[in-house]
Amino acid sequence: MPETALTEAEIEKLEGICAKYAGQKGSVIAVLQELESSFGYVAEKAVNFVADKMEMPRSHFYGVATFYAQFHFKPRGRNIITACSGTACHVKGSDRLIDNMVREFGLPEGEDTSADMRFTLEKVNCVGACSIAPVIIINKEVHGKMTTDKLNKEIKKLKGGQ
Amino acid sequence: MMAMNLEIKVCMGTGGMAAGGEGVLKAFEAELKHNGLEAGFGKCSSGKVGCRGFCARDVLVDVIVDGQKTTYQYIKPEMVSRIVKEHIMEGRPVAEWEVKEDYHIFHDKQIKVVLHDCGEIDPEDIGAYIERGGYEAAKKVLSELGPADVIELVKKSGLRGRGGAGFPTGVKWEAARKSPGDVKYIICNADEGDPGAFMDRSVIEGNPHSVIEGMIIAAYSVGASNGYVYIRAEYPLAVERLRIALDAARQKNLLGKNILGSGLDFDIKVKLGAGAFVCGEETALIASIEGERGMPRAKPPFPVASGLWGKPTVINNVETLANIPCIIRKGAEWFASLGTEKSRGTKVFALTGKVKNTGLIEIPMGIPLRDIVFEIGGGIENGKKYKAVQTGGPSGGCIPEDCLDVKIDYESLMQLGAIVGSGGMIVLDEDDCMVNVARYFLNFTQSESCGKCVPCRVGTKRLLEILDRITKGEGREGDIELLEKLSQDIKLTSLCGLGQTAPNPVLSTLKYFRHEYEAHIRDRKCPAKACRALITFSISEALCKGCGACMRACPAGAITGEKKQPHKLNQALCIKCGSCFDVCKFKAVVKE
Repeated sequence: MPETALTEAEIEKLEGICAKYAGQKGSVIAVLQELESSFGYVAEKAVNFVADKMEMPRSHFYGVATFYAQFHFKPRGRNIITACSGTACHVKGSDRLIDNMVREFGLPEGEDTSADMRFTLEKVNCVGACSIAPVIIINKEVHGKMTTDKLNKEIKKLKGGQ
Repeated sequence: MMAMNLEIKVCMGTGGMAAGGEGVLKAFEAELKHNGLEAGFGKCSSGKVGCRGFCARDVLVDVIVDGQKTTYQYIKPEMVSRIVKEHIMEGRPVAEWEVKEDYHIFHDKQIKVVLHDCGEIDPEDIGAYIERGGYEAAKKVLSELGPADVIELVKKSGLRGRGGAGFPTGVKWEAARKSPGDVKYIICNADEGDPGAFMDRSVIEGNPHSVIEGMIIAAYSVGASNGYVYIRAEYPLAVERLRIALDAARQKNLLGKNILGSGLDFDIKVKLGAGAFVCGEETALIASIEGERGMPRAKPPFPVASGLWGKPTVINNVETLANIPCIIRKGAEWFASLGTEKSRGTKVFALTGKVKNTGLIEIPMGIPLRDIVFEIGGGIENGKKYKAVQTGGPSGGCIPEDCLDVKIDYESLMQLGAIVGSGGMIVLDEDDCMVNVARYFLNFTQSESCGKCVPCRVGTKRLLEILDRITKGEGREGDIELLEKLSQDIKLTSLCGLGQTAPNPVLSTLKYFRHEYEAHIRDRKCPAKACRALITFSISEALCKGCGACMRACPAGAITGEKKQPHKLNQALCIKCGSCFDVCKFKAVVKE
């Protein structure tokens, strides 16, 4: 999907980010984090704008962005569901919860966002809440000791919500 | 109203919040107000505290009336009004909601040094920390001791790095102090990446000032004027509380220029990690702070000689730094009296998995693993049989039943092929397949390998492929030997700790559970009945009551049947998720 051009408001925002980090050593990650939080993902048009403005190679930004799991290169769904795949969650059956959500959200093979942009399912290594494993984070709210039943109820709520 | 002082403490670490801590605290505030109780006490406070350790029982609430403490467990907002009415207004604690004997057993064997104030004080209130002796150690160091004295003290205490490697902290500080250069850095490594470990998160969420105080003391000793906390972005609550704590410390001139008139200039910046496990490695962490791809480089030079921006840098783990103020306050001898000869002090562990009491525990080094699992942990849940404890995350190993009496310290665990690591302890039971456990960790290290060196990048991939094959029932004769050979090569030739330790889960499971590998390869059987490709589910006609529970639970629509008639499972549709097995109350679903 080709990206649309930057709007004026977006340009203003990006210029603000550039100004904030201008001349600061080692700010590439911080700039990318700002892009991720402003756009919901690391948008190509935004990276290109910022790199040019800061007079740094675009490839430098992409090199760093692709290294870290936190950065996404495609727009994400309106609901973000994070499944913890840490060891404790794994041995307490997180795989089954994940399989269940892949089916419920109708995620296409190899994709983490549903075609209608309602749901993004992401797996993370460990959210550090292992004593209440398995853990699912639904739109930033942590749910512990998750079961298929409880999860299905939450999904129903999300689906009913829009 | 007889009582004079009332204090209510609600656990609001990540665990407490997930269980609804915020709602419980609001309910208490509303109830106290509603009943006009605030005015009736000499001192009345209700507030949040950090992790109390026993997260499985959240929300935990302390109600302290005139120094008399009652702890309640599993509290929900709707239970609050009864506690306020019966306990606080009428003086009769609600016995049925109080913690029971097992709560005390959970705590009895623990010695809380690092976690001493966690769960007792409001982490967002610097005053609460100061009231309990906080920042006294920093004041003492700045006004009475020279940098060399402090280093000597830390060396004498025997404190070793709590991040995993166990390097003596005082020696590290001394090396950085002696490195030439005007600009030096202190970095707190809060990039707690091991899956199954959450002690650093809990310490920062529960008592962030202890870490800041440790950093101030480190800065003074080493001669650093700049500090960083490199913390995972996946820990939003810890980041928020850390920032609040840093601001409060700056306002009290505990950070900034000329700290407390001592002449020391030192301030701390927060750097958010961006999700890369390898950044827990010192040189990778430095690259990440510099804004680059977090790839490790060869050592030496070590960071103490040439670290961040090429300057001498000390990198200490959260728990290590949180120990420092306690050592200064109570003395090196006191600290060294805890633990064993080579592993002094206490260690915080995250006890999780198939154990009854999951949570955060702090124990003196040297106590047997058996005590942790069966006393503190209360044994295996659901009456299952113990199989192993996995320690040290992806760099660690498994400890089988025969070795349950091992003493928990750096050397003893190393001898077994496991490690203390950052302190994750995941208990596994008879339902866990050890080949699958090894595959799980290799899947992790393979995807987290930074790709810089070949043995790690390619080697972990090949290990994972072999393990994948074995768990799918496609193992071949010679696979075990190939795993062993490849593991040794990767260990010997990888650039950094990630690769050098990545094969450990394979080697350790091969050492103690070789028969499970053999069963997968030769008999195409998974003894734990966990590997999906090697098991089948069926419904026993004789036992099935036709209740329909399995039919409703089946996500694949593979089960059909009439009410009160035995149900049928269509093998062609079955995805082997085990949902039917879990919900059947009559043991009619058979797993083979």
